[in-house]
Order: sequence, then C-alpha cells, then structure tokens
Amino acid sequence: MTLPNFPAEIRAPQGTLPGVSSFQVHFADHDILTAGDAPDVLVAMNPAALRANLGDLPQGATIIVDTHDFTARNLTKAGYESNPLDLLGDANDPLGAFAVQPVDLTGMTVEAVKEFGLSRKDAARAKNMFALGLLSWMYGRPTEPTIAFLEKRFAKVEAIRDANITAFKAGWNFGETTEAFVVSYEIKPAPMAPGVYRNITGNLALAYGLVAGGVQSGLPVFLGSYPITPASDILHELSKHKAFGVTTLQAEDEIAGIGSAIGASFAGSLGVTTTSGPGIALKSEAIGLAVMTELPLVVIDVQRGGPSTGLPTKTEQADLLQAMYGRNGEAPVPIVAPQSPGDCFDAALEAARIAITYRTPVMLLSDGYLANGSEPWRIPEIVDLPKIDPAFATAEDLTEDGKFQPYARDAETLARPWAPPGIAGLEHRIGGIEKADITGNISYDPANHDLMVRTRQAKIDRIADSLPPLEVDDPSGPPGHGKAKVLVIGWGSTYGPIGAGVRRVRKAGHHVAQVHLRHLNPFPHDLGDILHRYDKVLVPEMNLGQLSLLLRGRYLIDAIGYNQINGMPLKAADLEHHILTHLTHLSEELRAN
Amino acid sequence: MTATGLPFPGLRSGVELVPTTDQPQTGKDFTSDQEVRWCPGCGDYAVLKAVQGFLPDLGLRRENIVFVSGIGCSSRFPYYLDTYGMHSIHGRAPSIATGIATAREDLSVWVVTGDGDALSIGGNHLIHALRRNVNMTILLFNNRIYGLTKGQYSPTSEAGKITKSTPMGSLDHPFNPVSLALGAEATFVARTIDSDRKHLTTVLSAAAAHRGTSLVEIYQNCPIFNDGAFDTLKGADATEQLLRLEPGVQVTAHGHTWAHDPTEPDPTWQFALSRLDTDPHTPTPIGIFRQVERPTYDDQARAQLATARQAAPGEPTDRLAALIGSGDTWMVN
Repeated sequence: MTLPNFPAEIRAPQGTLPGVSSFQVHFADHDILTAGDAPDVLVAMNPAALRANLGDLPQGATIIVDTHDFTARNLTKAGYESNPLDLLGDANDPLGAFAVQPVDLTGMTVEAVKEFGLSRKDAARAKNMFALGLLSWMYGRPTEPTIAFLEKRFAKVEAIRDANITAFKAGWNFGETTEAFVVSYEIKPAPMAPGVYRNITGNLALAYGLVAGGVQSGLPVFLGSYPITPASDILHELSKHKAFGVTTLQAEDEIAGIGSAIGASFAGSLGVTTTSGPGIALKSEAIGLAVMTELPLVVIDVQRGGPSTGLPTKTEQADLLQAMYGRNGEAPVPIVAPQSPGDCFDAALEAARIAITYRTPVMLLSDGYLANGSEPWRIPEIVDLPKIDPAFATAEDLTEDGKFQPYARDAETLARPWAPPGIAGLEHRIGGIEKADITGNISYDPANHDLMVRTRQAKIDRIADSLPPLEVDDPSGPPGHGKAKVLVIGWGSTYGPIGAGVRRVRKAGHHVAQVHLRHLNPFPHDLGDILHRYDKVLVPEMNLGQLSLLLRGRYLIDAIGYNQINGMPLKAADLEHHILTHLTHLSEELRAN
Repeated sequence: MTATGLPFPGLRSGVELVPTTDQPQTGKDFTSDQEVRWCPGCGDYAVLKAVQGFLPDLGLRRENIVFVSGIGCSSRFPYYLDTYGMHSIHGRAPSIATGIATAREDLSVWVVTGDGDALSIGGNHLIHALRRNVNMTILLFNNRIYGLTKGQYSPTSEAGKITKSTPMGSLDHPFNPVSLALGAEATFVARTIDSDRKHLTTVLSAAAAHRGTSLVEIYQNCPIFNDGAFDTLKGADATEQLLRLEPGVQVTAHGHTWAHDPTEPDPTWQFALSRLDTDPHTPTPIGIFRQVERPTYDDQARAQLATARQAAPGEPTDRLAALIGSGDTWMVN
C-alpha cells in the first residue's frame, strides 16, 4: 500500500517546509488495507523533510537522512538553529527516540553512477533508488521485481535505466556491507505500571545497565571489545561514559578484548567484554581462564544467526548451549537473559551482581531483536537498584601466621577472596593451571582436582539461593491448581511474542500458563516443581530446541519444542496456532483415557 | 637509590606513578615459597636470579608489581616471584597486561613470554601492544625452540632445523624479534643474553625506566632441546661476535658508519642494525636499539577519563539518574 503526499504548488520552494513532498509505502506478509498509520521508516532527503514528517513517526522508528543536504543553508530554511545530526547519541539528542542512520545518499549515488556520464543533477536524482535499495536490504525484500520495473520504465533511455539500477543495487550493497539492521520488538500486552517512561533499545539499555553496575558497586568499569554486529553499539555507547569511570578499549581482536577485561578485573575493575556468537567462540579459552582464576567478568553475547558468519543482521537464540557448555573441561558459567529491550538494563545489572558476588564470568545472552528493537521503558529510581558489594580482601584476611589464602572460600557463596594488587601481604599468583584448595598453588593432585571441579560447580549452583521465585503468569489459578494444563516456557527475546500468543489463546476462551526464564544457569530452585505441575510444557525457541534439551536433561520432562530458525522473531499468530493445537491434543488424550 | 635513574634524561619514568618504599629490599624478598621446576642448566634460572637481584634496585613497593605470563617454560616465572602475578593462557599475556596497566597507573607491569608464546600464537597481541605503547616491560625469552611441548621448531628457529615435527628440516623463515618490534614501531627495543648478568641487569633497568612498552629479547639457552644455540656469543672468545650497542658507539652496516643513537625517532638505521646478525660474517648486536618517547596508551586513556570526570561534577548516582532519564520521557499514572 502506498500514500503519495505532495504540495499543491507545482514548485514550492525546495528545502522549505511547504515544499516537502513524500511517498508512504506499507508492506506486509498479510493482507493490509491501508498505507499504514505511522511509518516505521522515514527517508528524509533534507532537513525540511525531516522536520515536516517527524511528528508522524512512532518512537523507535528508523530515520534515514541524506547527510549531503543537511547544509547550513538547508537547516536554516527548515527552521533548525543547529544541525540535529550533530547531537546524535548525546544525552539531549532531539532524535534520541529514533534509530537514525545518517547516510550520504547523494554523494554515494553520484559516485556509483558516474560511469554513465549523467549530469550531476540527473545522477543525484537516482538517490531515490539508492534509498530504495537500502530499504530493500533492511526489510529483506526481493530485488528482482524492482530491477525488472526499472528496466521497463526507462527502457528508452539507456543511461538513466542503468544509473537507476546501479543506484538501487549500490543501496542494497551498502546495507549489506554496513550490516544495516532494523527490527521492531513486539511488546507483551500488559497494563503499564505507573512511572516515568522513555523509549529505549536493548543495546542502549544494556550499556546503561553496565554503567549502573559500576555505580552500584563503586567499581570502575573496563570494557575490552572488538567491533561486531549487532553488539558494537554497546561499545559506542560506553565510550561516551568516561565520566562514570568507564574505560573502553577497542582491542586488536576478540581474544584481546576479553584478555584486557580479565586483566582489568584482576586489577580491581568490573571487567566486561561484548560480542556476538562468533566472538564467543574465540573468547572461549579466556572464559575458561576466568572460571579457573575465579575473577568477576561480564561476557555479553548479542546473538545473531549462525553458524559461522551466518546472518549478522538477523536474530536467533542458538548460542545457549555454547554459553552453557562451549569450553574445555568442566567450566560452569552462570547465564542470564533479558526478555525485552528495556529489560536489558536489569539483566546487565544482575550479571554484574552475580559476577562480583560470586567471582565468576557471567554470560549475558541478548540478541539482535532485543539489541535493535525498542520499547517504552519505565525508568527505574536509583534507590530501587541493588547495591553490589565488591568485598575486596584486606590485610585482615591474613591467617594468624600472616599467610594469604587466595582459594579459601566464603561459607555462603563459596566465593574466593578478590585481592587486586596494591595491598601488602596479599601478594599472590593465579593462573590457568589447577589450583590447590585454599592456597591456590599449582596442584596436580587427583583428589584436589576432583574437589576443585566439584567446588567450582557448587559455587555456580549456589547462585540459585539468591534468586527470587519464578513468576508464573496463570490467571486460572496457582500453578497446577487452576484450569490451565499447558505451560509455555521461554527465555530471552521471545517473551513479547509468547506473551502476545498466550493472550490470543486466552481471548479465544482457553487456559494456558506462561513462565519466562531470566536465569538459564543455574535454574531457579522452584522451576522443576512448576514444570511438573502442568500436563504439557511447550518450549518455543529461535533454535532447534536448546532450552528443551536442558529442561529434559535436568527435570526429565517431555518438553515440546516449537522451533523457528529463519532469522525472524517468533510470531504471535503462529504461537497461538501451536498452543491451540496442543490444547486440542491434550483434551483428546484426556477424553481417550 | 629508590628508583632507577634514567639513562636518557628528559624522558618520563616508567615507574613514576608506582609507590616506592624506604625499606631496604633484597632478592630474597622477591622469592616466593614455590620450588623452581625448570630443567637443570636452563637459562631461565639465570634470568630469574637477575630479575630477583635487580627488582630491589627499583625501590618499588612489592605489592605494586605485577608479573603476567602466557604458556611455555618461561611462563612459570610469576610463580617464583613474591609479587602479584598471573600465569595466563597461551599468547595472551600482553592483552591481559594491557588491561592491568590501563586500569591502574600505580602498578609496575611485566610480561614474561617466550618465542612461541609471543611470536607464534600471541604474535598479534605483541605487535598491537608495541603499537599502542602501553606502559609495561615485555621479557621475551628466545631459545629458538618449543621446550614445554618437547622440541618442535619455533618461529625463531633457523630454517632447515631438524626437530620432532620437522624430520626433514623446518621450512619456515624465522622472525627476528628485534626487527619485528622495530617494524611495529615499538618505543623501546633491546636484546641481551641470559649468561651476561651485568648486561642483562643494565638493560632491564633501562627497560623498567622507560615509559611505554619495552621489549627486551633475551637469548636463552635450552639445554635439553636446543643446547648451545647461542654459544658463539658466549665465553671469552665471543667478543668479536658481539656488537655491544651504546649511545654514540660507531657502528657499520650496509657500508655506512655512524654513531648509534637509540633516541633517533626515524628507526631506519636502528632497523639496519637489527639485520646485522642475518649475515654470519657480521657481529650480533646486543643492547638498546631504540628508546624514544611517545605518549602511552594507558596515560592517555586515564587522561580522557579525568577530563570527562572534571566536566561532569556531582554524585555518580545523581548523574546515573540523569543519564537514564535523558531523552523524551512521559508519565504514566
């Protein structure tokens, strides 16, 4: 569906607000009846176009601007006192509610079509096709029909035809090369709690959560990171927050990213590394080192389609088993997962809490859908945020004969002392070779290794003691005692779509329960009990059944997967259908018995 | 002496921000309670003794010294020193040390590595550490062989070397660590020999005093898998084989003779010196090839933080509230 909109004047002054014309397109994979109420994307060819259309955009919409025409003259004509693009990403960014992609559309188009010998004016006109190519990439639209159309439309003017096709392809290629990314997160239908709200993307919320982790623990934050789609925005954002004591090091590779973070943690900072699945593969050995040396470390995996390079700009949650088991030896690592863009803030803070309290690397599994999607987020009060106590070792931790024991343990958490350099008497050496219990000296003793392997596992298991009970969404009654016989369990970004699917089922008059996991390792204590209270447990995932495998292995239940791995978020309608099918099966089974 | 004097006046010391002590120290203070487990006759013993003997000269507080190593025979080094230390994973020590040195200006950071650790699996981290010029000292023990894995050729082994993995001779062309470091625009590059304690100590002193990444290649004998690799450079009759680099000493390469100047910003002639030992008829230079001043990564990173902090006064919690509450907001009642 399309909606052209242009001024009645034949040539209203270009660059002024009355001179703005527009063309609205609405496409979907189902029947649509309108050109759409609010566009998801605005392509603004000049400042006036931006200004005139901004009011029509919902928060979180994508804006592509042609930077070429954001000149001082055009800004003035549109009534801008300063260039809004100069403030992108700043705290007072006037476009902060939108995902803005500044692109030199004119410049790149002219460069792309220069071989056709067009006048500069004609060449620049093809920027529309460049923009269309970019949008076609972002929304995964086929290119063939557009090229066929252009061939027909400009069949008589060879140079114009070829220039338009070339510009279209160049736009598409630009999207692919720069890994331009666009998603919109489906929000779980629920009443909004009172409070102050803002729009936020997952990557921004995650970066804020890490800043908060530093503030709430009183520790400097050290990010060692190597750029990778779709995680790089966290590096960009954190690099702006040096005033909070946040150091960001763009390392020479993924391994150096985590290596420098481990070094900073050893030195008393909150070490953080951010990446996507391929980066985790490279960091695996170093994560094992952090497990062995028992140092706090937050490892963020913004998952994308895999394996290998896979689909960098598409979402997937197929790194769960990599996070769980992807290391040599018995190397347990706690795993937390945010469930919505705004929830990335809380998840990051929780990862920091676990890492610091238990002296362990923690894996945080976000994904491309959360990272680039946005939602209204209730801004938390600082007083409501958890305080995190680094509880550094002091000279008082020495034994009576003045010895420091780097592998003695806290009775409750089993955490070992964290003793950054600088304190006399606490000099000690740690490393990747097996440590003797208590002293931390190198040990090849068989019994000691058995003890240490079990102790490292027990320490991670103890984290479950600090977790709140799960919240089961079952309006039909307490878990197992209401009318709902089917439980839908998920983790990560599927929270919104599953919630929407569950609501559709309930609207149709059926009963179904939903629970969503923040902690994938260890599982909360009450999870097994909840699972066993329902006749059927459905597990929708954007992978081939990784959570299902963990649930089956741990709780011996018949977890039934719903698995979609097409790089796209789950759809509420598909989930509704899937849940209803199982409800029907269940009632047939009950009747047959 | 509470801190090593600078051989090149005018440069800022590498240990300038590290707390010092007035208490007299001896090598024993830096000796840990762990049994040293290298093979009898290993060159590592001599280097360990030299380091333990030299550290008291720095006059630094022991708790402000950190040794980081990777994997290999020499990487056991931190266990034998009673300082803070980390024996990490293969090749990654420079990256870990980069994190430590950037996070803390009050630490003297040392990396102990070997030819396999630094130049093979960890080659990338080494060149980037040198390029960044993080304030740390890298001791590269070069024995031209893999010892811990029992005798395969290394990236510094001479071509044609018969080893367990190359029964018909190795095919790889070797790295010259000094040439590599100069190519990576290291600010301090030196070479010394395990058996020459006096020279070793002099070079280590200069390396510690240098602000930035110092690379010290130490020729080290492996008596088990590559015994005698550096014998021509040792002993009384080795004088002709060695070119002892000092500032101002006359040196000749490619038909040019000039006065060696390690502080010369253009590394061209320093590089030419590093190529001398590729010709068996010219001597092998030892000493300081290059020592120039360039701002360090860690000093600049901390300066950026300090600048940002000054521009944003107030309590962190208030600033956090302002940060997360920025942008367009609305109220839901």
